[in-house]
Amino acid sequence: MKRVEEIFFRTLMYGAVLVITGLLFLIIYSIISKGASSLSWEMVSQTPRGGYYFGKEGGILNAIIGSLYLSAGATALAFFISLPVALGMNIYLAKYRRMVNGLRFILDLLWGVPSIVYGAFAFSIMIMVGARASLMAGIITVGVFIVPIMIRAMDEVFKTVPRGLTESALSLGATFTETSFGVLVRQCAPGVVTALLLGFGRGIGDAAAVLFTTGYTDYIPGSLSQPAATLPLAIFFQLGSPIEEVRERAFAAALLLTLIILLISVITRILSNRFNKNRINF
Amino acid sequence: MRFSKRKILDLLSAYWMYAGIALVVILFGFIGVVLFIKASPVFYEQSVSDILFSDDWKPLSGKFGMLAFIISSLYITLIAVAISAPVCLLAAIFLTQYADRRLLTLMQPVIDILAGLPSVIYGVWGIIVIVPFVSDVIAPAFGRETNGYTILSAGLVLAVMIIPFMLNIMIEVLRSVPTDLKEASLSLGATYWQTIKYVVVKKSFPGIASAIGLGVSRAFGETIAVLMVAGNVTRVPENVFQPGYPLPALIANNYGEMMSIPLYDSALMLAALVLFVVVIFFNLIARSSIIRLEKYS
Amino acid sequence: MNNPKIKIQGLDLHIHKQHILKGINLEIPANKITVIIGPSGCGKTTLLKTINRLTDEYSGVKHSGSITIDGIEVLNTRNGLTEIRQKAGLLSQRPYPLPMSIFNNVAYGLKISGRKRKSALRPRVEHLLRMASLWEEVKDRLNDPAASLSIGQQQRLCLARGLAVNPDIILADEPTSALDPLSSQAIEQKFQELSGQYTIVMVTHILRQARRIADYVIFMYLGEVIEFGSAEEFFSNPKHEKTKAYLSGVFN
Repeated sequence: MKRVEEIFFRTLMYGAVLVITGLLFLIIYSIISKGASSLSWEMVSQTPRGGYYFGKEGGILNAIIGSLYLSAGATALAFFISLPVALGMNIYLAKYRRMVNGLRFILDLLWGVPSIVYGAFAFSIMIMVGARASLMAGIITVGVFIVPIMIRAMDEVFKTVPRGLTESALSLGATFTETSFGVLVRQCAPGVVTALLLGFGRGIGDAAAVLFTTGYTDYIPGSLSQPAATLPLAIFFQLGSPIEEVRERAFAAALLLTLIILLISVITRILSNRFNKNRINF
Repeated sequence: MRFSKRKILDLLSAYWMYAGIALVVILFGFIGVVLFIKASPVFYEQSVSDILFSDDWKPLSGKFGMLAFIISSLYITLIAVAISAPVCLLAAIFLTQYADRRLLTLMQPVIDILAGLPSVIYGVWGIIVIVPFVSDVIAPAFGRETNGYTILSAGLVLAVMIIPFMLNIMIEVLRSVPTDLKEASLSLGATYWQTIKYVVVKKSFPGIASAIGLGVSRAFGETIAVLMVAGNVTRVPENVFQPGYPLPALIANNYGEMMSIPLYDSALMLAALVLFVVVIFFNLIARSSIIRLEKYS
Repeated sequence: MNNPKIKIQGLDLHIHKQHILKGINLEIPANKITVIIGPSGCGKTTLLKTINRLTDEYSGVKHSGSITIDGIEVLNTRNGLTEIRQKAGLLSQRPYPLPMSIFNNVAYGLKISGRKRKSALRPRVEHLLRMASLWEEVKDRLNDPAASLSIGQQQRLCLARGLAVNPDIILADEPTSALDPLSSQAIEQKFQELSGQYTIVMVTHILRQARRIADYVIFMYLGEVIEFGSAEEFFSNPKHEKTKAYLSGVFN
């Protein structure tokens, strides 16, 4: 009897792992098979022309460029805020363990807040100060939204550095800053790069936070104060169209976004091996 | 000498760090406060219980009963977690207790990519696969007719979306069960399966519960994917084959045009506030029980 | 002693509620090797790390009393932490090379102590690596990562790096405990050569090592200094009962 139960559950476990792996391939397969036929050079190299939304000529270059601008800007902004905090939590403030753990707790809570809430929050701030939807507003919103993700991702890596390494730099007379940037960042370079790319992936894939803050336009934004189109919204809006060609293009855009995300994940793996050269293994 | 370049640099970077920390901490309070202030006008019009427990949603005549949205959100979240949690638990037990370590390293990229796929992609996938599946296969099997844009479809898409999220936490929790504990049980003559059932799972139960709690809060706040497949009809759903209209979708669909209707925007802000509070609540409980678990192990 | 390098007076140290160091009074002589011995957990390492204020980086540490180096207070001052640490470098239990090349590990020490001229770096690095008897082994692979060295070589690299910031004092926390016998011997030999120019304070739990290289010995027990004296006196004629017991191996 006991034996039967174990075999039953083991089969279920196998099944669960297979299902999860299968789901990933199913998702990628269905996105590719649905989107590949409409993906063309025209789509990625042109902005929408007149009549594009009725199935006429044009592409989604506006959304591709907009998304790249947006997530590059947001990643840079978030990195600028996150790096010193993550370093400080592990060096400068390391001895105030309760404070650091409290901070970790708040960051985890912020991580859990859905992006639509960030979007709504940012939009109401924008109304208060009378700002209009723009690339800048989107960058700030998405940047703020990925800060907790980035800090915690880097923090988890910095946490693993043995105390002796930072101590040996400090006992040479290095300042906290020198120890942080010269030693910790170097030692954890792969982890820092991973955190950056994680943030970038989140930024480029997010739709709910940019929905009200970044706006949408058929043009490539020329400055930070102009609205910008983004890929997720391009997909979302085009799918809502009753015209078959436009919906087909939405699937193609989805394929493109999926490829970008897969590319990021491959780059992450390659880069994190590359930066390993001078790393000390403990 | 005292103000050498190095020390000024050190001081500046300390301020830079403090500014970052202040930003994070203030932001946290600020989100809650701003949402509350913006939502408060609607309180003066209607009592909180009217808003939360009435299904009378007529923004044009100033009625903001949100029951339909809340019930939709609850249904969808429940379906997602009910499907996803057992799958994750089984997979996590297998990967940490039975399988070769190499399988776990092979699975890690699978989990990472699933976690990295944007919500809109899950939505597209839902439209391509899940919606027809529900309308052509599941619904007829239950003798119902639907176009596929239903509570069930949203729940299924969401179930897949939260798998990587819950699985990662569960793997971490189960991995932290000390080997000595397992060995102690095995040396008492328990079989490996009994050991897993009565020792490993029991010991890590708070962690597993937390993972599920975090999954709930993730599912509750998910927007675009759900919006794309849930159907979005303002009516309290009676069964899972009817369309639903979850809270995040309500916000996303209406935020642009709400300015013209009085109080509409503060009702939407209330929806955002409800999301915020629910998510923080689940996170708070789950995170603190994980912390307690870490302290003991 | 008329010219102590380090003078410790009434030093008390608590970590949270634990009393780790109790009323320490010591005068450590210049340009000699002073060895701290005692059973594990007696506060040897903490005492060592208090001298260059590394204890500042631990949570819940409170201290009172005074430590002076060359008559300058180091314990009760907020300024010049980096200067204090450059004056008294630490060699830790196991080597912690920095995540950079062999050359840059040593150059790092030079750079943060203010020598930035590129052209001057190379001969200085060579000189320091020679001082640590490492030059011959690494001269052809200076740009390799420090992690590629053996543990024994890494510890000598850490010594060279420590010397680069031009310290007066070398604090060593069981510096040979992770090393093989030959590398240990190399470090001991180095210490004896260096003791003419540097004040060396070393923690060890190996009695024979203390006998081999110590000029002065401090015996600690449960946070207190039980006995302090010249190595000759200490080993041949211990005064305190606990010292005698320790030397005869009772505590191990």
